[in-house]
Amino acid sequence: MSESSPILEARGLVKTLGGNRVLENVSLNIGRGRVKVLIGPSGAGKSTLLQCLNLLIPPDSGRVLLEGSEIDARNRRELCSFRQQVGMIFQDFNLFDHLSALDNVRVALMKVRRMSKLDATERAVAELTRVGLADKAALYPANLSGGQKQRVAIARALAMDPKVMLLDEPTSALDPELIGEVLAVIRDLAQGGMTMILATHQISFSAGLADEFIFMERGRIVEQGSPAELLAKGANSRTKAFCAKISELTGEADAEFRQ
Amino acid sequence: MNFSVALSAAHDSLPYMLGGVGWTVGLIVGAMLLGLCLGVPLAVAQVYGPKPLRRVVGVWVWLFRGVPILVQLYIFYFGLMSWLSSLPGLGGLGLDSPFTAAVLSLGLTSSAYQSQIFRGAIQSLPAGQLKAARALGMSDRQAIRTIVLPQALRLSIPAWSNEYSILLKDSALAFTIGVVEIMARMRAIASTTHEPVSMSFVAGVIFFFLTWIGVKGLTLLENKVRIAGYTRQGAA
Repeated sequence: MSESSPILEARGLVKTLGGNRVLENVSLNIGRGRVKVLIGPSGAGKSTLLQCLNLLIPPDSGRVLLEGSEIDARNRRELCSFRQQVGMIFQDFNLFDHLSALDNVRVALMKVRRMSKLDATERAVAELTRVGLADKAALYPANLSGGQKQRVAIARALAMDPKVMLLDEPTSALDPELIGEVLAVIRDLAQGGMTMILATHQISFSAGLADEFIFMERGRIVEQGSPAELLAKGANSRTKAFCAKISELTGEADAEFRQ
Repeated sequence: MNFSVALSAAHDSLPYMLGGVGWTVGLIVGAMLLGLCLGVPLAVAQVYGPKPLRRVVGVWVWLFRGVPILVQLYIFYFGLMSWLSSLPGLGGLGLDSPFTAAVLSLGLTSSAYQSQIFRGAIQSLPAGQLKAARALGMSDRQAIRTIVLPQALRLSIPAWSNEYSILLKDSALAFTIGVVEIMARMRAIASTTHEPVSMSFVAGVIFFFLTWIGVKGLTLLENKVRIAGYTRQGAA
């Protein structure tokens, strides 16, 4: 499949944190409407990679390009406008604790995109409705469940009209019974054509969603390919071995990704 | 000591003593506001600023925490401020008044203490919120103003009311350079009535009520701006 004009592209990212090489020359790109899933053991560099992709963590070397043009991280204006176009979802939600759900979604619309309060409110309500939380708009984060918080965070990112979304283990901090509601929102996004890079341990869920699995280990991309390919019966892939281990632990039905 | 004499002396002194309340409140409000206006940027600079700036803030904080207010009062009143007002164009602005010197030394000292209150509050916030703000395209300035400070200032109110009660009592030192606040009036009236104990008692009661009103007021403010379910550790 051709990916000749990627939306987001990383070339040769290197990052050392506290003397450890966390990213070792990582390159990837993603085309419009594609979903790529990062998997791999903890400490593989998935989270660092995602945060380097929107320059929340500045890489030591390497380049990040949005729609073909390189982002200059030293140019603050350019950096801010780049980040607006790249939505980010964090493992622990990072909602603004002093703002209601509505204001969490609205604040960047007003402060960053300079929308009027009326327009911003309308947009924020629409996004909260999209994630099924229109009736929770007035609640503060402390009064929302984990799943609701993550959905507010998704609404907050969507309101900025991102060209691509980066999701860093969006369900890892959730109680098992709350994971489903967040996965449902992510599935809707994928089906709506949102471009996404998703780090997750929800293998069978993401196998049904991903165009490509990217398996990372020790700061490198070790394997990449379509889930069907990597998880095929008889395939001798690192990805498959890793997924088998996870599903053994979580009791996830691995039949689903052996199809 | 004759109790009824002391009591009537206290009673008679009350209007004069209460006349000092205006000066004391003026000192406190001026110094707290000066401390707030300087303390917030100092704290932000100390947490987010570049290293040289952080060092400058560090020196500022050590300086004003380390030099006694009494010493500062003398330096400001007899030294700095009288020199400043002798400069061409700066005369007649009241820079050499005891009140100005007292507000400056109390306020600058308070800025050092308040900056540490705010710094602690800023650092107690979960770092992820700043990250989330940046990820939405906010500049650091926007993120600090709309996300960090509204939370940090809320968390600072209890410590701030402590600072108020300390500063209130420190303000009594301003009598040494001639601000006619409560303490100065107490001493003046005690030397004419020869009732130092009852006058001290009156001054003490007035200071106590000023403390009580201020701390109560700040508690009301704390409750008014409280956010549902919000705790010191961030959202539960």
